[in-house]
Amino acid sequence: MIRLQNLAKVYKTRHGAINAVTDVDLTIERGEIFGIIGYSGAGKSTLIRLLNMLETPTSGSIQIDGVEMTTLKPKELRGVRKNVSMVFQHFNLLWSRTVEENIAFPLELAGYPKAKRAERVAELVQLVGLDGREKNYPSQLSGGQKQRVGIARALASNPDVLLCDEATSALDPKTTDSILDLLVDINQKLGLTIVLITHEMHVIQKICHRVAVMEGGKIVEQGPVLQVFRHPEQPITREFVKQLTTPNENELTFSHLRERYPTGRIVQLTFVGTSAESPILAEVMKDADVLFNIIGGSVSQTQDGAIGTLFVQLIGEADKADHSIAKLRENGVEVEVDER
Amino acid sequence: MKWFENIDWVQMWEATQETLYMTGIAGLFTFVFGLILGLLLYATNEELLFKNRTAYSVLSFFTNIFRAIPFIILLILLFPVTKIITGSIIGSEAALPALIVGAAPFYARMVELGLREVDKGVIEAAESMGATKLQIILKVLIPEALPAIVSGITVTLVALVGYTAMAGVVGGGGLGNLAYLEGFQRSQNDVTVMATILVLVIVFVIQFIGDILVRSIDKR
Ligand SMILES: Nc1ncnc2c1ncn2[C@@H]1O[C@H](COP(=O)(O)OP(=O)(O)O)[C@@H](O)[C@H]1O
Ligand SMILES: [Mg+2]
Repeated sequence: MIRLQNLAKVYKTRHGAINAVTDVDLTIERGEIFGIIGYSGAGKSTLIRLLNMLETPTSGSIQIDGVEMTTLKPKELRGVRKNVSMVFQHFNLLWSRTVEENIAFPLELAGYPKAKRAERVAELVQLVGLDGREKNYPSQLSGGQKQRVGIARALASNPDVLLCDEATSALDPKTTDSILDLLVDINQKLGLTIVLITHEMHVIQKICHRVAVMEGGKIVEQGPVLQVFRHPEQPITREFVKQLTTPNENELTFSHLRERYPTGRIVQLTFVGTSAESPILAEVMKDADVLFNIIGGSVSQTQDGAIGTLFVQLIGEADKADHSIAKLRENGVEVEVDER
Repeated sequence: MKWFENIDWVQMWEATQETLYMTGIAGLFTFVFGLILGLLLYATNEELLFKNRTAYSVLSFFTNIFRAIPFIILLILLFPVTKIITGSIIGSEAALPALIVGAAPFYARMVELGLREVDKGVIEAAESMGATKLQIILKVLIPEALPAIVSGITVTLVALVGYTAMAGVVGGGGLGNLAYLEGFQRSQNDVTVMATILVLVIVFVIQFIGDILVRSIDKR
């Protein structure tokens, strides 16, 4: 769907050249939610703005749906842009227009007849859950509602691709979750390809299928979300993954637990993907002659299943504990045993 | 002394009409030319539209010049032009070219400022939806800057009322002229006071209407 090759963007400023995006190669499949994470200044906004040519690349190729974006004439580009919509961090609504007029804006640009516009706007209002707010002005809406208008407006022209530049970064955690739910809903209902950038791992974890990590203008790591979470390779990726673990969980290390739980055997269980959802643990516990004392842990839901970590104290005979461990492993649970 | 004993009310009404006429017609042209000039100033200085440093410098230079020339001098300088356009240099029309040339650049700068206040993000959003530059101007910039455009014309009209007071120099008449000839030169203070009151009423009405309009369109 989207194919970037050797993509680079250099900003020439009075203080010299800034390599905002360097050597980016990326393929994004149709219908997936692809996340790009990085700290501020990593080049995320520049990269996503290259996708609809709001920035012109210094070099490299951008193909969307087989169309080479970099060689389009202005008129052709305007046409393609109706197929590649964008949602912004600060919403960028027209304050002089009501909710429905904002949503109708791209349709007006495209020269839709008035009756068709009204029909489409009504659909979109329904889709993003803004019923009853049609006649309000943006200044009368909350941040979350403004972003819903932004999303409805972006969807008005029936695009294949939705680009989200920090679409939830100006929102509180609860509103963020509701907007993320909306994006997943749209992705599933409309089969839309979504590219989103963020600095929050939570956003990636919650809705993305694949993720790329950006640092200094480069993509340093990419892959399916679960895989990257499970085996982060770059230090920066590890930092981001750590964002998801609660502070309290940092005390959950073998050396800590050893002192507090002097008996039995302490194991760390890691569930990846679907195994966290099926009751493996319960089944193993039921048949075992070993006591499972659950000490702590966490589970996060991702688009491809859950990823979780549990620390468990196994109290009982050694060979029975070994048996339970083997059984867990058989069921795809990673087990790390504290050898003391 | 009886109040207002020297006032010739017919004359006073005629002068009021002349002031209103000059302000109204000059205001109309100032609005059109000022808006166009303001848009040109903005567009030639904006990356997303038609940035052109030379064009902007030239426009900006002339805008500043005409804004800087004292109005009374502009009246005299434009005397010959007036003659060509209106065929005479007598009457309220005679003051119009100078009023417009004096006020349009003033208004254009206010329009330019108002346009610059429009959020770049919104313009970019329109661009990302495939808007043409003309669509950006007509459907984004002007509607979003409308409160500034309207409050700007209010301020300009008030300034124009002030300018018309000098129109007597070219035989334009008006309340200022009346206050000077009948009030000041003939020491009839009541005429001066009455002319002043009428000018103030005109200014207040303009301001009042302008404020109401701005309030009704400003949805920020
Ligand atoms: N228009 C611009 N002109 C010059 N430098 C820019 C411009 N836009 C971004 N940059 C620079 O490019 C780098 C990447 O910026 P950006 O893409 O906004 O990062 P992010 O969105 O990840 O925070 C930064 O160093 C930033 O200062
Ligand atoms: Mg950014």
